[in-house]
Amino acid sequence: MLLQVENIHKRYGTAEVLKGVSLNVVAGQSKVIMGPSGTGKSTLLRCINHLTPPDQGRVLVEGVEITSANLNKMREKLAFVFQDFNLFTHLRAVDNVAVGPRKIRGMNKVAARDLAMRELERVGMVERAEAYPAELSGGQQQRVSIARALAMEPKVILFDEPTSALDPELTGEVVAVMKQLASDGMTMLVVSHEIGFARQAADEIIFMDGGHILEQGPPEQLFASPQHERTRQFLSRIGEGGAGA
Amino acid sequence: MIVEILITQMPYLLHGVWVALQLLVCLLALGFVLGLSLAILEVYGHWTLRWFGVLFERIFRGIPAIVLLLLFYYGVADFVDISAFTAAVLALGLRSAAYQSQIFRGSILSISQGQMLAARAMGMSKPMAIREIILPQALRLSIGPWTNEFSSEMKATSLAYVIGVVELTRQARYIISSTQGNILAVFAVVAALYFIFNWLGNWGLYRLERKLAVPGFEQGGQG
Repeated sequence: MLLQVENIHKRYGTAEVLKGVSLNVVAGQSKVIMGPSGTGKSTLLRCINHLTPPDQGRVLVEGVEITSANLNKMREKLAFVFQDFNLFTHLRAVDNVAVGPRKIRGMNKVAARDLAMRELERVGMVERAEAYPAELSGGQQQRVSIARALAMEPKVILFDEPTSALDPELTGEVVAVMKQLASDGMTMLVVSHEIGFARQAADEIIFMDGGHILEQGPPEQLFASPQHERTRQFLSRIGEGGAGA
Repeated sequence: MIVEILITQMPYLLHGVWVALQLLVCLLALGFVLGLSLAILEVYGHWTLRWFGVLFERIFRGIPAIVLLLLFYYGVADFVDISAFTAAVLALGLRSAAYQSQIFRGSILSISQGQMLAARAMGMSKPMAIREIILPQALRLSIGPWTNEFSSEMKATSLAYVIGVVELTRQARYIISSTQGNILAVFAVVAALYFIFNWLGNWGLYRLERKLAVPGFEQGGQG
């Protein structure tokens, strides 16, 4: 098991956002977490790499609890792609991708740059390697941020609503990159309502509601015959699912 | 003839400028290193360090520069042997650190939180994230406000005159007393010298700001 998440609880003041969430991801799998907003999906992702430390529960990567050793070292294995990209504003696209390998993994300048160019190629952004983030469209920024994640050669990439800050016509290019990664065998845990990606690239859909996992299963099963009324309602709201809207 | 006096005395005035510039560079350097450290402590430090930073900044921003100069020279001279120049660097430099800390603190706080999150998420330690990601952005944003501090401190070097540092203003006083009068002419030249060096300094900083500018960043970044 590559990623094990066990019984995560998180509370903000009196509101319990996560009420004991557990899930596993096998190497090479991609799983998509869906559910109504305010359900704790993003909080769960942030608890997994301890950007937000959970109040309770454990996260294991390749069987090693991530707080048991050097947290920074463990985070290298869990890349994170943000909703609003968070590219480093003062660095060109290529340096955004190279900065991790160079500063964190200790590669030399030339090797880090070569690696960065290869990862930019993978997301189709080589031509804009010398551009600053402000000179790129949202979709291009998100592709560079995926290249930045790949350059750390992580075990898993966590995607936190990677397309929801994008104009509809720009989501396609990001989804295409993500599908390619999934078919290349990258292990991915994706919070997203991108039906196209979920249908074609996900091995499993996890439906969350009210801080719990309500149900999970392969996309064809979950979309065709959801077990819970909440799931049915949600799927029909986003224009998908067995209940039909 | 006043013109003759000014010409023969010019080397003294220029030496005064030289001393003033040395004082300026030393006090700004001290203020930069200490001010930046204070700003980092105030934003990221443990609350005790933060508290110390705030206390330091309140004290040095709350006391007139002349009083600080007198305190550091006459006050400290009772305990340790300290030159007027060193006392001036300390008094004005610590005061500048207090002001500069506020410039840097403001710039650091204006960097979007996502920058730190992204750096930590990829496995950077906090100090590395501050060094590699936050400061390169915050320092760029600081250059503009920092030109203010540069101008104030350039002019504040003239205050060191009260504790006997032989900088530009004191050289002017010497010339006036040794040549009986000519106050207006001598101080007009002195004023022009301050003005020119201030102008040059600001021009250089403006050039630096333009040189380091990153597209889209000078407007405060975008989402």
